[in-house]
Amino acid sequence: MSGPSSIAFVRRDIIAPAPPPPGQAGVLRWMRENLFSSLTNTLLTLLSVYLIWSVLASVMPWTLNGVWGASSLNECREIRDARGLETAACWAVINERWLQLLFGFYPTDDRLLASVFHAEPLAAAGGLEAVFGAGSNATARIEFVNAMKADLSNLTIFFFGYWRPLLAVVLLVVAVAPILYASLPRGLLWVSLAYPFVAVFLFWGGSVWGPATVALGLVAALYIGRLVSARLGLLAGALAVVAAFFMIFLNPLGVIGHTGLFPLFPHAKGVLDALMPLGLPAIPSDQFGGFMLAIIIGTSGIVLSLPIGILLALGRQSTMPFIRWVCVTFIEVIRGVPLIVWLFVASTLLKYFLPPGSSFDALLRVIILVTLFASAYIAEVVRGGLAALPKGQYEAADSLGLDYWKSMQLIVLPQALKVSIPGIVNTFIGLFKDTTLVVFVGLRDPLGLTNAIRATPEWNGIYWELYIFVALLFFTFCFFMSRYSMYLERKLQTDHR
Amino acid sequence: MKKSILLGTLAVAGLTAGIASAQSTMEQVQARGSLKCGSNEGLAGFASPDANGNMQGFDVSLCRAIAVAVLGDAQAVEFVPLTSQTRFTALAAGEVDVLVRNSTWTFSRDTDLKLDFVGVNYYDGQGFMVRSDLGVSSARELDGATVCIQTGTTTELNLADFFRVNAISYEPVPVATNAEGQQQYLAGACDVYTTDISGLAATRATFEAPGDHVILPEVVSKEPLGPVVRHGDSAWGDIVRWTLNAMIAAEEYGVTSANVAEMAAAPTMNPEINRLLGTEGELGAMMGLSKDWAVQIISAVGNYGEVFEAYIGENTPVGLARGLNAQWTQDGLLYSPPFR
Repeated sequence: MSGPSSIAFVRRDIIAPAPPPPGQAGVLRWMRENLFSSLTNTLLTLLSVYLIWSVLASVMPWTLNGVWGASSLNECREIRDARGLETAACWAVINERWLQLLFGFYPTDDRLLASVFHAEPLAAAGGLEAVFGAGSNATARIEFVNAMKADLSNLTIFFFGYWRPLLAVVLLVVAVAPILYASLPRGLLWVSLAYPFVAVFLFWGGSVWGPATVALGLVAALYIGRLVSARLGLLAGALAVVAAFFMIFLNPLGVIGHTGLFPLFPHAKGVLDALMPLGLPAIPSDQFGGFMLAIIIGTSGIVLSLPIGILLALGRQSTMPFIRWVCVTFIEVIRGVPLIVWLFVASTLLKYFLPPGSSFDALLRVIILVTLFASAYIAEVVRGGLAALPKGQYEAADSLGLDYWKSMQLIVLPQALKVSIPGIVNTFIGLFKDTTLVVFVGLRDPLGLTNAIRATPEWNGIYWELYIFVALLFFTFCFFMSRYSMYLERKLQTDHR
Repeated sequence: MKKSILLGTLAVAGLTAGIASAQSTMEQVQARGSLKCGSNEGLAGFASPDANGNMQGFDVSLCRAIAVAVLGDAQAVEFVPLTSQTRFTALAAGEVDVLVRNSTWTFSRDTDLKLDFVGVNYYDGQGFMVRSDLGVSSARELDGATVCIQTGTTTELNLADFFRVNAISYEPVPVATNAEGQQQYLAGACDVYTTDISGLAATRATFEAPGDHVILPEVVSKEPLGPVVRHGDSAWGDIVRWTLNAMIAAEEYGVTSANVAEMAAAPTMNPEINRLLGTEGELGAMMGLSKDWAVQIISAVGNYGEVFEAYIGENTPVGLARGLNAQWTQDGLLYSPPFR
């Protein structure tokens, strides 16, 4: 039996890869493996779907069918009934009051609004000086402003009426960016250094020479210190800085009633004011409010508490007993008392220690207390980072002959801070959210404003819409902070886990 | 760096404060050009901001009246929001010139806290609200009821007293704020909601179906609410007291914002009106105010009745009846001493 092979079929080409059978690929497979892999999982999946559906079924119609255009809660209810809906959110309150929730009662730049958008009625009322000038009638002015704002859209008021806080926030982003992202040009760091003074000027207004001379005075004090330390050594330099600072800003002789040339700061400001009177209308801190207040308190607290916290952590590990005790006492006392108690101390008790009639800015008191509170927590977080470093790192720094500050700066802190990032950001997020507690000391934070808005006859009885709006504002900020911390951790990751 | 600015501002603030403390309250207000009025952060009908941030309300109007009397401008008021915890210390520390914030006049506040209550602008009292389908017509029938009650207030103590005196039991549901109380009550967490009658009326007005709820007739406490000033500056206290009295007296004599200009143009038949409006005698000068101080108050703000009707009266959402706050001639408690 010879001849052709008895094998009936020989494949000469390769089968094209077939798609996997249905149920073994794509969504179906993912679902089978992750959602329906066993009886328990199937049950849990069905239960979860049911729960999610029932929550959404009641929340989504309420949210999406919300009424945007109404002037009171009752009007909202009428519109809802007219549409035949069972539930509907009354977003109209946000539509009408979102500027108030963002800025509180911070005054708008009415002169700008009037001269740009309301020029004709302004001319009819007699021009800028007649309406807004020094001798003008306040009642007439407020009527004019009310009529003007009724004409303008909220967006116009947002961009032009509130340009000062808006510009301050935009510049904040510019100033913070070079600190957060190392890839940006280093020259921007000068913007960061100048920013606190610019921000104070934009938010509080007043003469431009106030913040400018403070900045100049600080630079002068540091420069004098540098000159002295170059000739006489570090200690003399530090003393020179303190002496120069006192001569410029605080008159140590003033305590016993001596006035005269010192401090230099008011004289310099006075001369500059007389020569070139430049500035913005001054706005006292009791008119600050809304989410802006949370940003101001939160940002200053965050920026100031990090260096103080690091110093406290180092002080707590110091071998010098006096410094260690001071730091330990400070941290334990501040941390052992709730923030709300400290805020009450700031708002009420402090007054008993100050001379009667003196008013120490409420916002400033709160910023100081919040900063001290956060720095105690930061100190403990950083201490955790320091403790996580192997002792070999400290010894290595010593063996290289580095002094204390150099070893901390070059070897210890970079590693310790990297370990502490999640803890630090955690503290910052907590601090930012804790700013709502200032409602209890009478500052108009967003939650306090929801109360004030509810007190108006139109919006009395409205709850969820206001709280949801405030929650969204806070979530946006906290989410950004948490994302940034994750980015930073990834970027600084040097181990090979 | 920022810390140094803080220190700098602190030093400047301390400096200016030293100058300010030597003057009387009246001089401070005039030097500042505005009145600092401690007010509620937000209470329906009494103090609330409109969309442009202007404060309005029953208490706010009294602040504006004082500003008119002293400065001649109803808008020259800075409203300082104060919580119930911070209000008295803020006044004592001089952060505000006058406190008009639904504060109950009590013995210890008047004496121990070194404050002066100079009058009563609203007579309130604690009451109870229940759902009408409970069929309750008197608070004495509330045996075993759950009651929503704001903690840390005098209402909490009054409630306990009332139920003990009547030998009936109740179960308290503590809430922190009025807003929370409303929600708990509406959600059925409690049968009864108790707070001041004015607050109950304002709360009920916001419900979807106000008719389903009744406010029981019992009033279990006295809550005379009024403006407060510091001890030690009686001249300032006089101005606040007589501003309020001028508004009350104006209603009694039928002087309204509409007819005040006409009545002040020439002396009328009633000498009391003439003295109030300054067409006879020199009452304003005795307090260091202008001759037509009361005319300005009434034309800018209105008399007591007008203010009441505008913000908390029966035609407003709050919908309060005059009740105890009617003139003494109409069986109420408002009784201004004579202008003489």
